[in-house]
Amino acid sequence: MSVWRTPGGGRIDRTQRRKFRFDGRDYQGVAGDTLASALLANGVHLVGRSFKYHRPRGLLSAGAEEPNGLVTVRRDAARVTPNLRATQVELYEGLDALSQNRWPSLQFDVGRINDWLSPLFPAGFYYKTFMWPKGAWKSLYEPVIRRAAGLGVAPTEPDPDRYAQCYAHCDVLVAGGGAAGLAAALAAADEGARVILCDEQNEFGGALLSDPQATINGAGGQAWVDQALAELSANPRVTLLARTTAFGYFPHNLLGLNERLTDHLSAPPAGRARERLWQVRARSVVLATGAIERPVVFPGNDRPGILLAGAARTFLNRYGVRVGTRAVLVTAGDDAYQAALDLHAAGVSIAAVADLRPQAEGALPTAARRAGIEVLTSATVLGTLGGLRVNEIVLGELDGTGGVRRKRTVRCDAVLMSGGYTPSVHLFSQSRGKLAWNEPLQAFLPDRSAERERSVGACRGIYDLAGVIDDGFAAGAEAASGRSGRRRSVSAHSAGGDGSAFLGAVPLAGASSDKSFVDWQHDVTVKDLLLATREGFRSIEHVKRFTTTGMATDQGKTSNLNALSIVAGALEVPIPQVGLTSFRMPYTPTTFGSFAGASRGDLFDPVRKTPMHDWAATEGAVFEDVGLWKRARYFPRGGEGMHEAVARECLAVRSACGIFDASTLGKIEVVGADAAEFLNRLYVNNWSNLAVGRCRYGILCREDGFVYDDGVVARLAPDRFHVTTTTGGAARVLAMMEDYRQTEWPELAVWLASTTEQWAVIAVQGPKSRDLLQGLVEDIDIGAAALPHMSVAHGRICGVPGMVMRVSFSGELGFEVNVPADYGLGVWRAIHARGEKDITPYGTETMHVLRAEKGYIIVGQDTDGTVTPDDAGLAWAIGKSKADFVGKRSLQRASMHAPMRKQLVGLKSRDGRTILEEGAQVAEIPGQKPPMRLIGHVSSSYYSACLAHPIALALVAGGRARMGTTLYVPMPGGDIEVEVVPPVFYDPSGARIHA
Amino acid sequence: MLLISCPYCGDRPEIEFTYGGQAHLVRPADPSALDDQQWAEYLYMRTNTKGVHAERWRHARGCGRFFNALRDTTTDRFAATYKIGAARPDPAASEPTPGTAR
Amino acid sequence: MLEPLARIPPAFSSTSWMNPLPPATRLLFFADRAARAAAAGAFPMPVTEEACRAHADGARACLWLGPDEYLLLAPAEPGAARVQAALTAAVGPLPHALVDISHRQVAFEIHGPLAAQILNGACALDLDPAGFPVGMCTRTALAKADVVLWRTEVHRFHVEVWRSFSPYVTALLTEIAGALPAAH
Ligand SMILES: [Zn+2]
Repeated sequence: MSVWRTPGGGRIDRTQRRKFRFDGRDYQGVAGDTLASALLANGVHLVGRSFKYHRPRGLLSAGAEEPNGLVTVRRDAARVTPNLRATQVELYEGLDALSQNRWPSLQFDVGRINDWLSPLFPAGFYYKTFMWPKGAWKSLYEPVIRRAAGLGVAPTEPDPDRYAQCYAHCDVLVAGGGAAGLAAALAAADEGARVILCDEQNEFGGALLSDPQATINGAGGQAWVDQALAELSANPRVTLLARTTAFGYFPHNLLGLNERLTDHLSAPPAGRARERLWQVRARSVVLATGAIERPVVFPGNDRPGILLAGAARTFLNRYGVRVGTRAVLVTAGDDAYQAALDLHAAGVSIAAVADLRPQAEGALPTAARRAGIEVLTSATVLGTLGGLRVNEIVLGELDGTGGVRRKRTVRCDAVLMSGGYTPSVHLFSQSRGKLAWNEPLQAFLPDRSAERERSVGACRGIYDLAGVIDDGFAAGAEAASGRSGRRRSVSAHSAGGDGSAFLGAVPLAGASSDKSFVDWQHDVTVKDLLLATREGFRSIEHVKRFTTTGMATDQGKTSNLNALSIVAGALEVPIPQVGLTSFRMPYTPTTFGSFAGASRGDLFDPVRKTPMHDWAATEGAVFEDVGLWKRARYFPRGGEGMHEAVARECLAVRSACGIFDASTLGKIEVVGADAAEFLNRLYVNNWSNLAVGRCRYGILCREDGFVYDDGVVARLAPDRFHVTTTTGGAARVLAMMEDYRQTEWPELAVWLASTTEQWAVIAVQGPKSRDLLQGLVEDIDIGAAALPHMSVAHGRICGVPGMVMRVSFSGELGFEVNVPADYGLGVWRAIHARGEKDITPYGTETMHVLRAEKGYIIVGQDTDGTVTPDDAGLAWAIGKSKADFVGKRSLQRASMHAPMRKQLVGLKSRDGRTILEEGAQVAEIPGQKPPMRLIGHVSSSYYSACLAHPIALALVAGGRARMGTTLYVPMPGGDIEVEVVPPVFYDPSGARIHA
Repeated sequence: MLLISCPYCGDRPEIEFTYGGQAHLVRPADPSALDDQQWAEYLYMRTNTKGVHAERWRHARGCGRFFNALRDTTTDRFAATYKIGAARPDPAASEPTPGTAR
Repeated sequence: MLEPLARIPPAFSSTSWMNPLPPATRLLFFADRAARAAAAGAFPMPVTEEACRAHADGARACLWLGPDEYLLLAPAEPGAARVQAALTAAVGPLPHALVDISHRQVAFEIHGPLAAQILNGACALDLDPAGFPVGMCTRTALAKADVVLWRTEVHRFHVEVWRSFSPYVTALLTEIAGALPAAH
């Protein structure tokens, strides 16, 4: 054991050694250590370099608020976690940690030059400096700043760990497992409530874990904690979550908890989740988040070895580590004397206590004097000295007239400081609760709750142990039952609780040439804050952004109130008037993995496959994503690329027969006596005159008159329509229909059901399709007379009950066979087998080419939310006799008929071979230089194998009046000349479709 | 994630709902009788309430029903949820959701 | 007549806590109150008026999905047409609608003492038996998929999911179950 480790006591097991590595050097700690306590036990105080000035830094705290001791922990190349607080990293055998923000080494850091150059780097430096020349920002300033900025380095490999998530509900969620939280959980459990108690640390107990003087009911505080935990863990309605940070408080009592499951293990079991994200909806919330000790702002207050008094006490009592051999305490309250007394008792010499108050006559100062410790009152700190560790502190006694009476340099290797406590109101504030300034405690305390929530104990300014526990009991019972029943009480005592506080910089801090730090993590000094006020910033929100105080990963846990006080002092206004910045989630940095949970890789999104998917996969189809669906795009043969395959598939459909999986098409069954009336009101078409057994191409507009979706609608019965939608539009069309049905026309007897997945849809298209299907269908006459284009019939297909629609999106004679989904693959196989050499499976790419040859639009590709039916050349579909339909009134506006609206046209490259780029712009005048006058854009473009030239659809201003004219598609290589032609390139008479 | 009370199913998490914009807008019985200005008012003009706002929600991943809600846009508190067709309730008369002063 | 083809439902791998349910007849039944009352004898079971509740009788069940929307479950044979005919006859001209969705979705069960915990890995509802008792059913979300969740026993849930989402849902639940402490 080292000289720094005490011989006994604390929550560590000295018999269990733990080897670990820090910055490549091997050390030894013991079970129960944090990385911070283990480093201190090895005499290592220097743990990092500061963000801006690269000053050497040591541990400031022993907990979540730690601004300096940020480390990267690595298990292997992929398991690298930056920005962990060494005070929260539990030591395990083989732990490998690296300090951050230094180059080349902690002991010698080149960036330290920033500290000497610091007059050049005042607050707002970046805003003011890198303004000129303009081009230098991108090429020079930004890359340099980016390299210098930031904390830690993100791992470059994918995170191999597993992250779990769960939802949970409870009557009472208690955040924080110190005395107050334990008491609240006990009292809530007494009421029979479902309770979740979480604490960010590895064990419950909070401050009691490092307070050997505490007594509860005549026994030690730890005994009470043990008893409480035994009781709680025996209760099946109580869930205890250690190593679990309540990091976010969301509306309506939803809290986010991050449970760390394996980070403390030397060898996490394979497959075990590393973290679990809990989303807890609580009927009531009890916040028992404690308080954080405030540092004292004095010149040179950031040297390694200078730390919070409570932290020194925690390191000693909980971890059995002395933070030095000779310490000075700088305090403004009584509580911190206990730290000095504890260290003194453990053999650390206390060189002096510098008490900022004029008097210190309480029990603890008295005890300190009795122990032979020198107590200086009316003291101030004029500076500190030391390279990589503090070795001297310069104290002064205030003479009462703004000067210093006696100046003294005290040799020391540790300085403990305490400016009182800042209640941790982060979660309360996140819940949108209102804070109120408490003048005696010099702190913001929870005032008005926004949620069903209560703050208890130190986080609402109650510091004495008996009061804290009582507060917890009362709040726990009330949170559980709504009544203020009190079944429990304790007698308790601990050293602390006087609540005295000090804010801002010590007197005469400004006289020193050394920096007085307010925000350790972002290197913000008193001078920076004063500069901000001189520059005219008045609100703390603005000061914060100008100086970046409180904007680091610690969110200013140790700095906010001191900053506020300094700004208020400079502005000569009361603190509440300066305001308080918002607290945001997460309370401490949280891994991305925990937010992602299982939503990664194959489980990132559902992958929807049709009943025939596996067949297509076996045939070597190349798939494309359409929404969540996988659709076969083309079926390459031999060494075919996409263009060859698509050309072959197109020719096969046009000359013989193709088979296509159209199952993803959206399908909505519209049923009820008023079904036709309902569709009349929604779609632009007239449905009353559609006979049973017939189909019609329908267009759905939004109320603003623009095309929203399209699809074939079949009338299956007088009161039943089978409406198809685009693949991507299925859900939103159904939602729109439901909206009108429920909220505008509830009087109609009509209901809607999605049947997209009920049916497998097999499109059989091509001149040979009828012959092929003959013999596979029963009770259906698919002859030209019985089943003309745009009609539907029920019957059996391959023995399976289904329906055959004679529809075509290819321009050929075609059918769409609909069978219940479980039969889809079987029927597909049967049709494919029957087709033998005459049938060719084709994919979405061929489908696109075939439809473009016919000038059929794809909503969302050839329309963009500003296209009317008439713009798309579909005015013929509008039921002219209808008094109203969704969008009709908008279409009546004069501007909707303006001749120069963009209209759908075809484009043919004049050279007969250039394939236009989809999205390319169209110009009337050639040879323009930017900014060009552009009159439209290309919406679809393909090479047409059966026409042996490229084709394109475009939306062009006044396009229909431009037939035969030449337009220009400007590209980087020059203009492409195109001829405006009708959008129907193939079989304009429609003879083939009616075959 | 808000907790929203569906008038049919009770309290449900926000992920089950879709938002439907301002409530109590009724589609004109005869849009053709409106001039362009009046139609534009119906189509585009919405309030931007700071405070209690009557708005539509749909329990899309639950019972599928649209319903109306009074929500305070500054606090996200729901003063009431009520079925389509019902009159807008008096927010003062209904019990506000969470929050007890302490 | 052609030989009828075999049904090929989506592939499904069972686990100790999850098993597929056989194909079934599924009908969406939309009806106003009068039509619901008239249908009661024909299905044959009462159509519940209580929100989010299911009636079950052997292999048949009637699940409340919305105030005028029900999911009717029956054995796969003799099929939807038969059920449909019986209901149509009973309800007559009263406003209603029936839609066959037998193939639209598939069903599986999650069972065992961890059932609720596994589901809560992806489902945001409170599945405590006090808040979600046996007999309760509802459409809800399992992560990025919509399902109908029906508690048939304290430790048994019936899950209906659109067929193309079933691989996602079952894989997700398997991942969730694998990460539970009890799995290690
Ligand atoms: Zn609902």
